[in-house]
Amino acid sequence: MLEVMGLGKTYGEGERATRAIADVSFKVDEGEFVCVVGPSGCGKTTLLRCMSGLLQPSAGRVLLDGRQIDGPPEQVGFVFQEYSRSLLPWMSVRENIALPLRHKRLTKNERARHVEEAVGSVGLTGFIDHYPWELSGGMQQRVAIARALAYQPEILLMDEPFASVDAQTRADLEDLVLRVRTAYGVTVLFVTHDIDEAVYLGDRVIVLTSAPTQVHEILEVDLPEPRDQVETKELPEFTHMRAHIFRAIKRRQPAETAT
Amino acid sequence: MTRTLGWAQTWAGVVVVLALAELASRTEVLPSRYFPPISQTFLTLVGQLGRGSFWAAVGHTLEGWALGLGFAALLAIPVGVAIGTSRLRYRACRVLIEFLRPIPSVALIPLAILIYGVGLESKVFLATFAAFWPLMIQTLYGMQDIDPVAVDTARVFGLRRSERLTKVVLPSAVPYVATGLRISSTVALILAVTAELVIGSAGLGREINAARAGGATELMYALTIVTGLIGWGLNGLFTRAERRVLRWHPSQRTVEGGAL
Amino acid sequence: MRNPLRRVLLILLEVAVPAAVVAAWWVWSANADSFYFPPLAEILRTFADTWVFERVGNDVVPSLVRLGAGFAIAVAVSIPLGTVLGLSTVVRRVSEPIIEFVRAIPPPALLPFAILVLGVGDTMKIFIIAVVCLWPVLLNTIDGVRGVDHTMLETARVYRVRGLERLRRVVWPAALPQIFAGMRTSLSLALILMVISEMVASTRGIGYFVLQSQRSFDIPEMWTGILLLGLLGYLLNAGFALVERRVLRWHRGARASALQ
Repeated sequence: MLEVMGLGKTYGEGERATRAIADVSFKVDEGEFVCVVGPSGCGKTTLLRCMSGLLQPSAGRVLLDGRQIDGPPEQVGFVFQEYSRSLLPWMSVRENIALPLRHKRLTKNERARHVEEAVGSVGLTGFIDHYPWELSGGMQQRVAIARALAYQPEILLMDEPFASVDAQTRADLEDLVLRVRTAYGVTVLFVTHDIDEAVYLGDRVIVLTSAPTQVHEILEVDLPEPRDQVETKELPEFTHMRAHIFRAIKRRQPAETAT
Repeated sequence: MTRTLGWAQTWAGVVVVLALAELASRTEVLPSRYFPPISQTFLTLVGQLGRGSFWAAVGHTLEGWALGLGFAALLAIPVGVAIGTSRLRYRACRVLIEFLRPIPSVALIPLAILIYGVGLESKVFLATFAAFWPLMIQTLYGMQDIDPVAVDTARVFGLRRSERLTKVVLPSAVPYVATGLRISSTVALILAVTAELVIGSAGLGREINAARAGGATELMYALTIVTGLIGWGLNGLFTRAERRVLRWHPSQRTVEGGAL
Repeated sequence: MRNPLRRVLLILLEVAVPAAVVAAWWVWSANADSFYFPPLAEILRTFADTWVFERVGNDVVPSLVRLGAGFAIAVAVSIPLGTVLGLSTVVRRVSEPIIEFVRAIPPPALLPFAILVLGVGDTMKIFIIAVVCLWPVLLNTIDGVRGVDHTMLETARVYRVRGLERLRRVVWPAALPQIFAGMRTSLSLALILMVISEMVASTRGIGYFVLQSQRSFDIPEMWTGILLLGLLGYLLNAGFALVERRVLRWHRGARASALQ
């Protein structure tokens, strides 16, 4: 469904050019939950931006349903890390979620229903007429997720969405994402620097090298569904996989900086 | 490469506007009786540069500006510090300030004429009154925006009250005072020109109005341009000084980093 | 502050100090027997005689209409213009020197030009008020539009919010706090230019009245005019602050929560 082919991204020109992404290729199938992990500063965000059409890659292509992306496509929803700046403070929760729906061909009732369903699915029904700044950080990120869901995307791109919330909220939000993913039947590409999170959430994990970025390894996650914060994380497979990725990232790093 | 392009665009804008103005006047699209060709205006301006009366007018305007700003600074900074360092004094004066500040300074023109006549004193009085407020308010902000941690640190190290004022409080208010001075400088110039125009004190404002009344249109434009140059120059001077004072301030760093 | 008695005392102080100032003026002016400073009681009596309501229709309303018209035109022109300049680097570069220069001209210096071209009627006064009010709103709109948060703009892009919709729902609301700051500055400038333009070229209006009273040595009348202008300044400012609080309610809320 989503296909990244030989993607490369270089910032700047001439001598001051920095190669952020060297050569990355992978595929995401319909209904899959794919996590992307890598050492910090490895161009994960750049990769996601290229995939959402926010950024033009310097080399290679991104295909969505076989068509090349050259701007944000309608089938893509995006959840930013900076929830407080991605939600518009002058709009209520309802208005924020309804904003992207205004240009979709929907009747007024349909639009209202989409918004209310999405708010319900992230558990914020009582807060629909609040302003984002009246909510806690975790709740704001729920609003951002609801906005993406109400947009009815085929694929949801998430850019380290839980990096700036506390640990307990983070676990709640992880489970929330797994739930709505099933409810909405949406494909998810989830970028994170947290290895536990990647293994816990993903059907597959793509491990990246540090910049200039390449795909180091793609792992199938064979953990039983539904996942559970305590039980899943106690499984030997989970521990094993997590250790494996951890070593992969750690081992690559000094080698990269030495060259 | 991009920098040269930027400069080219900037100057292209100036050249095009000047050329259009010249053309509009020459072709009488804008009646040349009211809008003489810009080239004529510049010639008049150059001619003025050799005249003593022109420089005298410039001097009078700058004199009013400098004295007004100077007196305003002498009054506003101590008053701002005095009010800003005590919560009691601040509360006592707050309502009074809120009422006095929005009074348009030009409302006092008749009073100024009455008491000081039509000369330099009136001009300086008006400029001082108007320039006082922005500077005083900025000083007040500066006093109130001091990092409490810095004050506590000073306390812990046993600095006395007077030392705290000179070593911690005043230095951290300097950027605010610098901003206040820049705003007040603009305001003082505006009021100096206003006094010359309305009251007839000596200076560029009076000369501009006289040029209009006497039908010397080119001269009127030339002198108006001169006031613009003075305003632009003074503003540039104070902006530069402000940047210098603000160098350590975080806001300034991001601005420099963000500028292309 | 936690002590309720202290709070009550502070509030009393806020009321008492201005009251004391007025009382002092009252007592002093009653006994001063000064030609320039008539007793406050007499000024207030004259105020009632002069302004309630005989001159309201003749002087106050026309003045305020000109002020409102000039201000409204300035806002209506500068917000779209500022948006274009804020969004396009090229247009901004091309027009920057011209804008920087014209706005540096002290506003009253443009008055002779306006009189020359437009005469001494209402058009001239509205024009000069509009020209002067233009710059603060324009520059703040440019800054506000340029400063819209990057993530907000990317959000709009990802969700395909484009064109006018993007301006109306994302760019303008984000720039609004700054636009309002500019409008606030413009409003006080509008009042000043209203007074100056009436002083220089009018036979009506509050500015004309004050200056004429001074010229014919009707000192209490002059004082009532000054008081009225002060009152207008205060009311305009307070009224605007009220509107701003309403419109930017979200801004204060968002800022307060960001500071926590």
